[in-house]
Amino acid sequence: MTNLKPVDVAIIGGGWTGLAMAKELVSRTSLNVLALERGVPRGLADYAMDMDELDYNIRLRMMQNIAEETVTHRHSVRDTAVPVRQYGSFHPGTGVGGAGEHWTGICFRFMPDIFTLRTHMTEKHGAALPADLAVRDWGVTYEQLEPYYWYTEQMMGVSGKAGNLRGKLIDGGNIFESPRSNEYPTPPLKHSYASHLFEEATRKLGYHPYPTPAANLSENYTNPDGVTRPGCAYCGFCSRFGCMIGAKSQPTNTLLPVLRKHKSFQLRTGSWVRRIVHESGRATGVQFTDAAGEEFFQPAETVILASFTLNNVRLLRLSKIGTPYDPAAGTGSLGRNLTHQVQNAWRIFLNKPLNAFMGAGALGQRISDYDGGNGLTGEDGLFRLGMLNCSSGGELPIASFGALPQGATKANWGAEWKAASLQWADRVSSLGLVAEHLPYRHNYMDLDPTYTDKFGDPLLRFTLDWTEHEHKQREFAYDLSAKIAPAMGVKLDSARPSRARYNVIQYQSTHIQGGAAMGPSPENSVVNPYLQHWDVPNLWVVGASSFPQSGSGNPTLTSMAVTYHAADAMIDKYLKNPGRLL
Amino acid sequence: MRRREFLTIPASALGGMLLYTLAREPFRLQAQEGTVKVPLRFFTAGEARVIAAACERIFPSDTSGPGAKEAGVVIYIDRQLAGPYGADKYRYTKGPFVDSVPEHGYQGKENPRETYHQGIAKLGNNFDELPVEEQIQKLQSMEKTHFFQLLRAHTIEGMFSDPMHGGNAGLIGWQLVGYPGPRMSYKQDIDQHFGTAWRPKPAGLEQIMRRPGKPWEDEKA
Repeated sequence: MTNLKPVDVAIIGGGWTGLAMAKELVSRTSLNVLALERGVPRGLADYAMDMDELDYNIRLRMMQNIAEETVTHRHSVRDTAVPVRQYGSFHPGTGVGGAGEHWTGICFRFMPDIFTLRTHMTEKHGAALPADLAVRDWGVTYEQLEPYYWYTEQMMGVSGKAGNLRGKLIDGGNIFESPRSNEYPTPPLKHSYASHLFEEATRKLGYHPYPTPAANLSENYTNPDGVTRPGCAYCGFCSRFGCMIGAKSQPTNTLLPVLRKHKSFQLRTGSWVRRIVHESGRATGVQFTDAAGEEFFQPAETVILASFTLNNVRLLRLSKIGTPYDPAAGTGSLGRNLTHQVQNAWRIFLNKPLNAFMGAGALGQRISDYDGGNGLTGEDGLFRLGMLNCSSGGELPIASFGALPQGATKANWGAEWKAASLQWADRVSSLGLVAEHLPYRHNYMDLDPTYTDKFGDPLLRFTLDWTEHEHKQREFAYDLSAKIAPAMGVKLDSARPSRARYNVIQYQSTHIQGGAAMGPSPENSVVNPYLQHWDVPNLWVVGASSFPQSGSGNPTLTSMAVTYHAADAMIDKYLKNPGRLL
Repeated sequence: MRRREFLTIPASALGGMLLYTLAREPFRLQAQEGTVKVPLRFFTAGEARVIAAACERIFPSDTSGPGAKEAGVVIYIDRQLAGPYGADKYRYTKGPFVDSVPEHGYQGKENPRETYHQGIAKLGNNFDELPVEEQIQKLQSMEKTHFFQLLRAHTIEGMFSDPMHGGNAGLIGWQLVGYPGPRMSYKQDIDQHFGTAWRPKPAGLEQIMRRPGKPWEDEKA
């Protein structure tokens, strides 16, 4: 093991949150900052040749190499977990920019009551709540986070339309959203045919459609850091691809250009951090292995753990920092409050072509009339829901071939199937649900006793299954979609949700949250609301691993908001007087 | 060292330009003559003929338009199996291998190359010489197998992936579904053409970017 020259701050992970912390630190302090990224360098020049559905959308060439490290899954503590051998329900990224390079660009703020959900749900529903519900208050409120949401939106240049500007409701925006201090930095993306039909139909039915907030810029934009990027070209290569023109906000086209100007910032790729080294309640640095297999110790005054949720939790476990959660005893905090996101989509078939190969990741319209607890009494056991949307991300020909109305043909290969598939090509869209996934005591992460990564370290194990509440969310949204479809001139053409168990095969979303949750007291949280580790005050664990529960909206913007909130606390308070902030 | 194997195909069977008659029936125009000798990377010539025949049953060439044969799907599959995908370079392949519930997907030890060899053995070396009806029956009896599911998925991929991967010859698959291929911008068109088919002339990635692609199958397996 080679000992390296000490740095002031070592950051584990070169994605959204790691580079955001780095940028705040090097532009506001004189500290030297090293970011360690286990993947490869990446940038704009790499992405033009990536417009290839097979390698990037089907074989998932931008994702973490699952042969080297994966997670295992079981439905309950009674089962034996097996490894996720090929990607399915989520897609962890790797390389500079992380999953922030291949994300879709959907840019939501969470509903305000998410941050005080325990208090809110207890007041509203009391004894009716499921016994094993593990919802929490975060210890930080929406009002405290609002400036950081706005800061992130400006950095990215998010496109959208405000529906609640400082309490004033605005038609055409999301009137159910949390109050915002400012209009979006750029106007909404253009319509597709499908989103246009959905907007008209939902408006006619009395709902309140609005454009999905998008990190795929609607027009050229210069952010407060002076970084200029072009508007979206609607080429349809967003999700699972890097943007070839830089219109989709990615760490490499927003934060990295600023960081490169600072000599006090260093980015080291191919560096796989395997342990956070600590002694008597203080992190002393990190141990990593480089691409050639050589081992290093990097001493640091402060360590920021800023990798994806899975690796944040796993690295804390491997480093023996914090108390592992024990679901039987209900003790410990590390690994608990694992949530995903509840997603489902139901097909609609049109009798006209959609030209659906055009699109942008976040292009679409939604309604939030049943978002959060809107319009729900809880009497039927349904407490929280989310959004219904119709999106046009750009259909690709391999993935979309063979979508057929129910009963069109029994075959899924051969002449009849082929003819039917051709007849319905470019005629299919879908209505989709994205909903809050509530945390339960039985959904958690720990280390697998059997399976290991390429170094021989234990894999992270998921114990996770859907519950009655998620089934009810899907059924309610299905019924709602079945009402909306006829107003679009079509019928909903999917079977009613089947109450199936969690599966690792079908893509759900890459929104694994929790495991290193924040909270106002060390008894049941891993980090404080400033994302400082309760037991190791010079260790900060940032990103969506800190969420006690998922919101309905996609988590990137909130992940960044809590991280910027942490950066302010670190720079303005902690560095002046290093120690526990709470 | 592998013996050099080739698949010999009449040039007129591959690619071509797809036209539609007034009755909206597809008509494939093909002016190429002679034969094409395609070097194989993984299959023997005999195996390639078996797989080509099976793909043709999955995605047949018929009155609804050209299929796996004209797209050269078997060439696509041959390259995929020869590359890192075929060797499971990017799948988690540490043991123990145990059967699990369907929600956990394929948990087997065999990589795609091994799965194809097992599948070809089941189809038989003379599969391509059997009458079409017998071929269909044989495939129907294998529908639930992992091999068949891979073969079906790969056939669709070979029909519609970028031609740099070896299939979709002459962009015949994209012509069939009206997909234009990767394009730099739809800024002027995204909110136009509502409800009417807009079908720009297709082009492949290398053609658009004017430089060679780096298909993953060319990486060392």
